[in-house]
Amino acid sequence: MVMTADSPGKKIEVDGLRLRYGAKEVIHGISFHVEPHEIFAIIGPAQSGKTSLLRCINRTIEFTAGTRVGGKVLVDGEDVQQVKSVYELRRRIGMVAPLPVGLPLSIYDNVAFAPRAAGVRGKDDLDGLIERCLRQAALWDEVKDRLDSLGTKLSGGQQQRLTIARALSHQPEVLCLDEFSIAIDPVTTMRIEDVLKELKNEMTIILVTNLVQQARRLASRTMFLWNGNIVEVDRNEVIFSDAPASKHTLDYVNGIFG
Amino acid sequence: MFTQTPLVRRKQRNEIIAKWIFGAMAVAMVVPLLLIIFHLVSRAWPLLSWDFLVTNPVGGMRRGGVWSAFLGTIYLVVMSLCISAPIGVLAAVYLNEYARDSWFTRIINLAVVNLAGVPSIVHALFGLGAFVIFAGMGRSILAASLTLAIMTLPVIIASTKESLAAVPVSFREACWNVGASRWQTIRRIVLPNSISGILTGVILQVSRTAGETAPIMFTGAVFFKKIPEGDLFAYNLRDQCMALSMHLYTVTTQVTNAPEALPYAIAVILLATVLFANALSISLRVYLRSRKKW
Amino acid sequence: MGDGAIDLAAAAAERRQRASVVARGAASRRRRWELVGESALEWLIRLCGVSAIVFVFGIFFFVLREGAGFLFHGLNLRQFLFSTEWYPTSQSNVRYGVLALIVGTFSVTTLAMLIAVPFGLGAAVFVSEFCSRRMREGLKIVIELLAAIPSVVWGFIGLGVLNPLIQKVFRVPVGLNVLNGALLLALMSVPIMVSIGEDALKAVPDSYREAALALGATRWQIVYRVLLPAAKNGLLAAVLLGVGRAVGETMAVLMATGHAVNIPHSPFDPVRTLTATIAAELGEAAAGSQHYQVLFIIGILLFSITFVVNFTADLVVKGIRKR
Repeated sequence: MVMTADSPGKKIEVDGLRLRYGAKEVIHGISFHVEPHEIFAIIGPAQSGKTSLLRCINRTIEFTAGTRVGGKVLVDGEDVQQVKSVYELRRRIGMVAPLPVGLPLSIYDNVAFAPRAAGVRGKDDLDGLIERCLRQAALWDEVKDRLDSLGTKLSGGQQQRLTIARALSHQPEVLCLDEFSIAIDPVTTMRIEDVLKELKNEMTIILVTNLVQQARRLASRTMFLWNGNIVEVDRNEVIFSDAPASKHTLDYVNGIFG
Repeated sequence: MFTQTPLVRRKQRNEIIAKWIFGAMAVAMVVPLLLIIFHLVSRAWPLLSWDFLVTNPVGGMRRGGVWSAFLGTIYLVVMSLCISAPIGVLAAVYLNEYARDSWFTRIINLAVVNLAGVPSIVHALFGLGAFVIFAGMGRSILAASLTLAIMTLPVIIASTKESLAAVPVSFREACWNVGASRWQTIRRIVLPNSISGILTGVILQVSRTAGETAPIMFTGAVFFKKIPEGDLFAYNLRDQCMALSMHLYTVTTQVTNAPEALPYAIAVILLATVLFANALSISLRVYLRSRKKW
Repeated sequence: MGDGAIDLAAAAAERRQRASVVARGAASRRRRWELVGESALEWLIRLCGVSAIVFVFGIFFFVLREGAGFLFHGLNLRQFLFSTEWYPTSQSNVRYGVLALIVGTFSVTTLAMLIAVPFGLGAAVFVSEFCSRRMREGLKIVIELLAAIPSVVWGFIGLGVLNPLIQKVFRVPVGLNVLNGALLLALMSVPIMVSIGEDALKAVPDSYREAALALGATRWQIVYRVLLPAAKNGLLAAVLLGVGRAVGETMAVLMATGHAVNIPHSPFDPVRTLTATIAAELGEAAAGSQHYQVLFIIGILLFSITFVVNFTADLVVKGIRKR
């Protein structure tokens, strides 16, 4: 067996990544890596390129007209631009968008969407999978009696957990969350944070957040991205200490700017 | 109470006057519609009956009903929509889901706009030149339906595009994020959630197709044709057929000594067909808006 | 440390086993034919996508093809465009001058626009600015129904209703004339103007209205000073599309304008339009004859006129979107 996600090292490696929207460059050649089974936080002010960065990893950036990607993104040492099937790649990477998106399908079909798209048809397989994903997303108890009702009719917090369940449904190796707490209440946020701590054992988690404290609570390492450049990336003990390498980092985490 | 200054009073007066002027202009559209319908129906009243609809015209089209014309119109409408709806919907899917914002896409959009603006009589010339003569179909229901289909195509593309665009982009992104292909996204999410809007647009085209005269005049419609009454499959696609719109034109301009109520009755049947399709489309739209899924 | 390692290993094993559900599905169920079908379908979609271009060129090509004989042999462009003498069936001296037909088309269209533009835009303003929500919905439905009335029914109304009405009101001997056709065309093109015009007015940001209101402007002033200038491109496009529709209209003008090839001197003169000429004479012209070919050339002329009008309208609309 070749080196897989289970071996220590680099789960994701970003090397000199550049991104242009038309004439404007929004990510200026950044390099970093994410280790297996860590929670890796990306913080930074709005418009720093955080969301674009995530979309480069699963190549959904291609759906935006006029984008050009330079440099490399490697998942398990494999260049995402060279993978055999981009759909296969996207299934390996779970993505949770900032605003909860319940697809206009039943709750069951919402979670079953990805496996079905991958070709899973057996009802037993699906039933088990869906229950497991909903449990992992801490939503099962609230919806187990009404799996037929529309996903779009759930509350915002429930929809966000549904989104997470959907992201887990294709059993990804990496889970990317993009400011997942932006549209939900603090209690739900705490519940999801607990969920993430559990999930860390099973997968690698990349957490983009504008809440500095959330990064501090959850992550083992944090990257500070600003205007498409990495200001600093290090273990949390350093980033959130009194003396990070950059003064900008100190100012940002202490809420002096950003 | 505030005492009103003359300025304020004048302003208020102007406001009311403006409202009435613009209101009158709007009413100027409503009134003709009602007057026209009322006038047509009242003149046609003596002839209107079920028998009028299901019997053939006889006696040099001066007596009898409109059955062969009515059935011909149904054939033309159904045939042409069977052609234009799939092509139009797929074209809209291409424009809304696949096409990137390039010069090529811009040319397609421009072509759609211009196709929609081509005069109906030019469509007739095209149908005659391309289908009747070049393709060797002769004057037939098939040639006329194809002509009508190309005429309705741009409108179906436009209305379908609008329905597709109403499905939020976030749904598509959510699907792409979990590894669904473009087509899977369209098939499972985009189409199911816009199909009703698409249908509304297509039904609306029923009404337009049923009323057209010029495009079928030289491609497949005839003044008179006798068919067995009560047989829904009386026409063959290779046949020419009668059509309500053409029949109205013939009776008003070519037939002398027709009873006075006859053209009115034909007009009412045609108008009823058209407005029925329209009302169906409108009520479907209102109903669907009331039960949106998001 | 040791515990952690065991946990990790166990979790990894478990995950591999679970991952198999999706992986197995991916490997076995999404078979080759499914993928092939999908790509075939995507090609079909692309093909349909370009159909509009194909048809526009097709229309131009096939109409030109039928008329080509005349275009290359026998067309006297000066006579064709600048002569009013339209004698296509004359035994001794056949002449094809379409000036009277062009003037006929433009006289009816112009008069129709003089009537329709104030009403159409006024109604658009009313629907978008002065209406309650429910009334707006109601009016829009009426507009749609008005737009749905077939042109042959309009022609019939021109013959049966407007004809005697015009005779009586204006004391003229014949009611089938420019005015009759223009009234019908006005009623036919008002709906399109209202719906496009309303879209243009709706596109004006509410902040403009609020700012003007805050300055104490009446709604009348808002319409005049704020909305009309801000939406003028959209309104122009609405008018142009109305013109396009009026120029191309066939059945109504065929039945209601009196059918005389004639340069009109007043709204009460009968005329014949380009469209009506094709509709009236194509049935009688022998296929392939010169007369028949000339009618196709008139079709090309019409196609070009409406193409220019629609193209301009489209540019105007695009202009708004860019800003």
